[in-house]
Amino acid sequence: MLCDNCGKNEAEVHLTQIVDNEMTTVHLCPSCAADKGLDTGSTKNLPLTDFLAQMGQAALAEEEREVAGPCSYCHTTVDDFRRTGRLGCPHCYSVYESQLRAILRRIHGSTYHLGKVYVPPASEAADRAARLAGLRRKLQRAIEAEDFERAAVIRDQIRELEATIDA
Amino acid sequence: MMTPLDFASMPDFGLTWLQASGPDCDIVLSTRVRIARNLQGYPFSGRAKPTDRTAILTTVREVLDRTSPVTEAVYVEIDRLEPRERQLLLERHLVSRELLGRESGDPPSFAALVNSAQEPVGLMINEEDHLRLQSLTSGFSPHETWRFVDTLDEELGSQLPYAFHHEFGHLTSCPTNCGTGLRASVLIHLPGLVLTKEINKVLQGISQVGLTFRGLYGEGSEVVGNLFQVSNQTTLGKSEEDLIDHLQKIVGQVIEYERQARAVLVRDAPSVIEDKVWRAYGLLRHARALGFDEMMNLLSGVRLGLSLKLLPALSVYVLNRIMIFAQNAHLEQAVAGALSGSELDIQRANYVRSALAEAEAIDR
Ligand SMILES: [Zn+2]
Ligand SMILES: [Zn+2]
Repeated sequence: MLCDNCGKNEAEVHLTQIVDNEMTTVHLCPSCAADKGLDTGSTKNLPLTDFLAQMGQAALAEEEREVAGPCSYCHTTVDDFRRTGRLGCPHCYSVYESQLRAILRRIHGSTYHLGKVYVPPASEAADRAARLAGLRRKLQRAIEAEDFERAAVIRDQIRELEATIDA
Repeated sequence: MMTPLDFASMPDFGLTWLQASGPDCDIVLSTRVRIARNLQGYPFSGRAKPTDRTAILTTVREVLDRTSPVTEAVYVEIDRLEPRERQLLLERHLVSRELLGRESGDPPSFAALVNSAQEPVGLMINEEDHLRLQSLTSGFSPHETWRFVDTLDEELGSQLPYAFHHEFGHLTSCPTNCGTGLRASVLIHLPGLVLTKEINKVLQGISQVGLTFRGLYGEGSEVVGNLFQVSNQTTLGKSEEDLIDHLQKIVGQVIEYERQARAVLVRDAPSVIEDKVWRAYGLLRHARALGFDEMMNLLSGVRLGLSLKLLPALSVYVLNRIMIFAQNAHLEQAVAGALSGSELDIQRANYVRSALAEAEAIDR
């Protein structure tokens, strides 16, 4: 479908309007929609893409590439981030801290969290939760490897740890 | 206690927000607040392996069983649902497209939806972020809706180690969400501003003060039936209360403008408006085939008429229900089978006719 305004480009923005007492839908191409001040949040126009492109260019500088990434935990590279707009894990925020600070400032106008201060669970409970999570991953791997003897041992460890939580 | 989701025994699952009971509910259909949270020690969803996803799901489920207000809740894993049932959740605005995965291809494993049985609050697990806590309420009540989410967040956060950075706040898969992780949005009906051609000015105005707008189905979706979703654009650098206050204030102004526009229409063109409203009602009441967009535009006229007290025989609740139950997956669910495009339009017209006839009968 072509744009109602310019008749040249493919229409991607559809706006329902009432004109002369008739309800009609206007179909606009992104550039005509932008002229009318309409941005329906189509991913193509996301400002983030621009930030990421700029970041990618900055990262092309050799020393930048050396400093930033890939993330030692999840192996996300600058290119991955630029392509997807997504970080791989919480640790990525430390790995790409300086680039992210620039990006966050441009997206949000700030880099400082001013919301609720998060207090992590009492450390004992958190340790237990983390240990349980680790054990469950081990269990999953053991089952996948069909190492049922080892799986049984891990399962006992999980039960033991769970018992201390219930107690 | 987690009760599995069963649409047969819970036909109105997750639809309390339709009740049209909140403030300004003749203009604002619903208020939604969601926050993004991730667990420490796991990669974000895009990088998470099945072992990570199942560990996250298990860990969160365990905590939910002793977390009010979700000790009594409805629980469903997305891959346990039929494709049409997954669409029902989407049409009810209870899940994101992200949670359902691509429409072709298999649904994601270990992705789940939890909805409290006591309060309008719940969460998505293994979405774009590990957790998306969300509340959806009727009418215009940002603060109240935020409090539902805040309470659940305090409960979960005291038991689950969140990924949190001293400077950046809550860490999210996409940096556009980090900090508070909070997105508050209202679904607002603005026919008055559209009719008086003031809408673009208003939309431009809100985008200059840090808010953004979308269509009915979120990001990239088109505006249909004069319904706009207005939400905050940034999540970092302001407190949750400030973000909510700002939305409350700006949308409050938009509601005021909309009321003024309607007053102008009634003053300057009363017979035109009345005619338009009754024509819309007549078409909905008698048409034998209705496209979805056509129906939404007609509903917009009737909704306007109700608000202006030109149509005595209806309630906003009836219109809200039609908007949900006359969507494609809901129509197919009602006949328990697949429908072609033209069959859908016929079925939609049938549904709308009988819903309006029923409302008329009750009124009499
Ligand atoms: Zn154009
Ligand atoms: Zn990483």
